[in-house]
Amino acid sequence: MRTIRFLLVKEFKQIFRNKAMLLIIFVLPLIQLLILSNAASYEVKNSKFAIVDLDHSSYSRALIQKFEASSQFDFMGLFSSEKIAKEQMQQGKIDVVLYIPVHFERSFQKEKKGSLLTTINAINGSAAAVENMYVNAILKDFNKTIQVDFMGAEASLQPKQLHIDTLFWFNPELNYKTFMVPGILVLLVTMVALFLAGMNIVREKELGTLEQINVTPIKKHQFIIGKLLPFWIIGMFELAVGLVIARLIFDVPMVGNFGLLFLFASVYLLVILGIGMFISNFTDTQQQAMFLSWFFAVIFILMSGLFTPIESMPAWAQVLTEANPVKYFVEVVRMVMLKGASLLDIMPQLIKLSIYALLINTLAVWSYKKVN
Amino acid sequence: MGISLHHISKSFKSVTALKDISFDVKSGELFGLIGPDGAGKTTLFRVLTTLLLADEGTASVAGMDVVTDYKAIRNSVGYMPGRFSLYHDLTVEENLNFFATIFNTTLEENYDLIKEIYVQIEPFKNRRAGKLSGGMKQKLALCCALIHKPKVLFLDEPTTGVDPVSRKEFWEMLKRLQQKDITMLVSTAYMDEASLCDRVALIQDGTILEIDTPQRIIEKFPRTIYNVKASETYRLLKDLEKYEATHSVYPFGEFLHFTSKDAAFTSEELIQFLEQEHHTEIEVSEAIPTIEDSFMTLSKEHSNNGN
Repeated sequence: MRTIRFLLVKEFKQIFRNKAMLLIIFVLPLIQLLILSNAASYEVKNSKFAIVDLDHSSYSRALIQKFEASSQFDFMGLFSSEKIAKEQMQQGKIDVVLYIPVHFERSFQKEKKGSLLTTINAINGSAAAVENMYVNAILKDFNKTIQVDFMGAEASLQPKQLHIDTLFWFNPELNYKTFMVPGILVLLVTMVALFLAGMNIVREKELGTLEQINVTPIKKHQFIIGKLLPFWIIGMFELAVGLVIARLIFDVPMVGNFGLLFLFASVYLLVILGIGMFISNFTDTQQQAMFLSWFFAVIFILMSGLFTPIESMPAWAQVLTEANPVKYFVEVVRMVMLKGASLLDIMPQLIKLSIYALLINTLAVWSYKKVN
Repeated sequence: MGISLHHISKSFKSVTALKDISFDVKSGELFGLIGPDGAGKTTLFRVLTTLLLADEGTASVAGMDVVTDYKAIRNSVGYMPGRFSLYHDLTVEENLNFFATIFNTTLEENYDLIKEIYVQIEPFKNRRAGKLSGGMKQKLALCCALIHKPKVLFLDEPTTGVDPVSRKEFWEMLKRLQQKDITMLVSTAYMDEASLCDRVALIQDGTILEIDTPQRIIEKFPRTIYNVKASETYRLLKDLEKYEATHSVYPFGEFLHFTSKDAAFTSEELIQFLEQEHHTEIEVSEAIPTIEDSFMTLSKEHSNNGN
């Protein structure tokens, strides 16, 4: 016990003496939380919108007015031909073009139907989908207006349409921050634990101090606990600070129990630290450890359901995410904070993660050799 | 009870680092392992300090086997690796306390042993180890290796990169430690340090060339050595290498050291040859052999045998 305590004291002394390390641990995550939470948004704003009006009728003018008034689009103007619009889109000056064909009004009045064409820059597929939704919403609204304004009596003869009201649970205003902040919190805790723990051990290898330590009677478990515990503590601390910020600055609801979140985090950190240590056992320099950690971090984060839903991944990728600890924590953080999940609700994740922690740490301890 | 090795061999993939090494170090002896870089000195240290397993052979340190009793060995040996490997960001005192703690002891408990060395670095005890001078680092590393009162001390090239004054001081410290019943195995690439050891082993390419006291090794030197000097040193070396009577020739300080194959060879013959080759300012005199001469001769014979 005395040895472990001394190792901890030594580790913290070293951490607090390293100014760059202090910055990495305490300042960078907070900046990340503040920046990412505000920037990582799914809302599509300021799409550049243009219209090619070949009809020049009262209908088309009414439609143009609708789009001009829309807050989702930046109206870039009217183009006189398809060709110009195409060129503009090619140059990236516009994202969405609505084509109003010749005889739009006439066919609407005569045949009670009209067709329009929208062209959307779909390089970013999800943004294109959202833009499409906006366009449809405006058109639907326009449709209603012309039915009333232009067809008057006839419109009232139309059959009543099915009206659907939607209630959004757990995040009623569809506030993306409520959704993102807990996830980004997970990201920060993961980065700090994964990188610092792994790099720390490799650093001792680089300096040669590990060899010196290996000749001493220090026990394997003492050394490992002494190395990982400080970062476990820092990880928990980071989570606490992050939660305070989430509550105070982003006003993310905390429906569930804080204790539950910390319980889950304590197991989660064991997994991440185990992975960090496993990486450090197979690398000789901090540079190698850094790249390997990045490799895992990027895969874990992008496949965690933090940015893109796991349900929309191909089946094989969904199977892979079972081995992704970040996925479990992202799920649980959202469940606990937004839905108020109970211990029983998060039990499946907790059990899986506990097994994970046991496995990875056994592997890490086994692969750490004092003798080679 | 010192150190003993029997037929130790170790290879790394295609490189053989140690070939069938056997020798004994007596208890309380200051034993030198002399050889150039890459001779296998560090590998041998790593085997003896239980950091590396030998492919073949057995070894024991302070009466304990390096494979089966490795835990006990770690408690009773001190190891000072060739590279400074203490914590740069901890102070002198913190480093000492750290190593004392992991050896389950305290600075106070074994203060007597390190006192003499520690007083020299004590004024800097609150300075970070990374900010110490080379000589100071060396002293601190020695203190850390001694903190648990080891029976055997391994010093891997302790004086490499240290100035001549500090080197001398360092060897004096080792001499004094020897009186406290500590067996020491020191490796060095400096031949002049060999004469400070009780016994030395000359090592090259993972093979022991010779083991004896420095005095005896010099006495055993079979040939007469001549100091040779002329105005054009490089041409002199090239010409002597071609000379049919040459056994060995190599630079030694400001001279070349020359030995002949022929036991009846005289300095006159040499001077005659050099004049024939149009050398000027020729100086030839007999030299007293040193460990380095022995090493050069032995290593030449070794590589000839090998080929």
